[in-house]
Amino acid sequence: MNLLPSHSLTEVSVAICILCTLLVPFAMAGLILINTGLGRSRGVAHSMLASLCVIAIAALVYVILGFAGQGFIGRPAHAITVGNAVWNWIAHEPLFARGVTRGDLTISLVLLLQIFSVGLAGLIPLGSGLDRWRLGAICASTAFLAGITYPLFAHWVWAGGWLAQLGVNYGLGYGFVDAGGSSSIHAVGGLTALAIAWILGPRRGKYSREGMPAAIPGHNLVFVLFGCLLALLGWLGLNSAGAILFTGTETGIVPLIAINTTLAAASAVLAAVVITRLRFGKPDASLSANGWVGGLVGGSAACPFIDPPLAIIIGLVAGALVTFSVEWLELHLTVDDPGGGISVHGLCGIWGVFALGVFGRFPSPVLNVATDPMAGPPIGHAGQWLAQVVGIATLIGFVLPLTYGLNWTLNRFYPQRATAEGERQGMDLSELGAGAYPEFVTHTDEFTRM
Amino acid sequence: MRWVGFALLLAGWVLVLSALILLRAMVPRTVFVLAGIAVEVLGLVLVFRSHLISREGRE
Repeated sequence: MNLLPSHSLTEVSVAICILCTLLVPFAMAGLILINTGLGRSRGVAHSMLASLCVIAIAALVYVILGFAGQGFIGRPAHAITVGNAVWNWIAHEPLFARGVTRGDLTISLVLLLQIFSVGLAGLIPLGSGLDRWRLGAICASTAFLAGITYPLFAHWVWAGGWLAQLGVNYGLGYGFVDAGGSSSIHAVGGLTALAIAWILGPRRGKYSREGMPAAIPGHNLVFVLFGCLLALLGWLGLNSAGAILFTGTETGIVPLIAINTTLAAASAVLAAVVITRLRFGKPDASLSANGWVGGLVGGSAACPFIDPPLAIIIGLVAGALVTFSVEWLELHLTVDDPGGGISVHGLCGIWGVFALGVFGRFPSPVLNVATDPMAGPPIGHAGQWLAQVVGIATLIGFVLPLTYGLNWTLNRFYPQRATAEGERQGMDLSELGAGAYPEFVTHTDEFTRM
Repeated sequence: MRWVGFALLLAGWVLVLSALILLRAMVPRTVFVLAGIAVEVLGLVLVFRSHLISREGRE
């Protein structure tokens, strides 16, 4: 049944959307460099190849299966009626994206942006499984993410699903709102990263018998820091295109989105630099880089709905959250997350959607208010934060068990972790048969023992 | 402990959904949504602890 009006774009919106969407691969390139740089040198080729495989699998599975479950506003969907409220659970599109017609620019743009977005989400767990996650398992896990987990939650948020309809059905503001994907891309990816880190366990040598973590620094901080710059470019496109397509933001707001995105990242990295300087005596480059991306993630949900000072506040909190949670996870919860994806994408994504509920202002109508986009609640509606909290509860209470269950089941049939010998050799040698840097003899002791 | 934790995560989510469906007034609905979140936090603590123990068991 059709539940919401279709979303038509002006020619200017289409042009800006195309431009912004084509920037999104830079975000993927950024994440790939960050993940690879934070891993060991003996797993570089594996990490880069796995990243390409993730993007490829995510694109194919999403087009074949995922989009059929996600759909878009105004498209066919399955719904149940509970009381007087219609609960839209899942889309009812044909497989292989056959519902996307040549003449419909909006749906084509949505599909393109989603292909990139699901690839981005798939790259997040890769950072948490660095140096011990087998290539075949990475591909299979990504297929689950792109075919089931991501489309389901993205439908609820971006395609007129029940979370988006909380405003119409239960008077909770505009319903759950997320312009740039703090929840549907990053929190979903971050929670999957947590599930992967749990299932794989820590890298060998990470923890002593007494449970004390050993520092395993990233092998190339130039990759990491350059990746941060590429990520900014991609995020500018992702947030702008997402805001236009999924919340009906006017194109005149795009400069504000770019300003807020940049400010959130800037304040987050500075917060991380200052905090690590105060705590450790010198700024920590990898944690600061994580802070930068955490600011981008935290600012994504609210970027069209806040003023620049609030973007700075969101970024400062995101930067602080990343620095403390990375240490907390590693030291106290014994979760080995080399890429920091759980803190950066999971925690900051959740912070981003909560911050929208607290700080968001809606001077222009939000698309997902159902039958009439102009019939939204008054500015600063009290229920908005509760809608955001319900979305967070869904992420933790449904998405995390779902993604853990899928990956746990996969692990029962196809062990996801590399063998002890393979891990000692390095993922490059054990899985690909050759290292990324064959001209440099590194880790002499390990190679001579083979 | 791990599966009990995940069961609590799901139970907390169901509590949140139930609060939306069954309660109309804003205050009780908010209270029950927050109660659902509290149950989820409890589940999350159990799941984290279960993985902590299994790691120590391997060492």
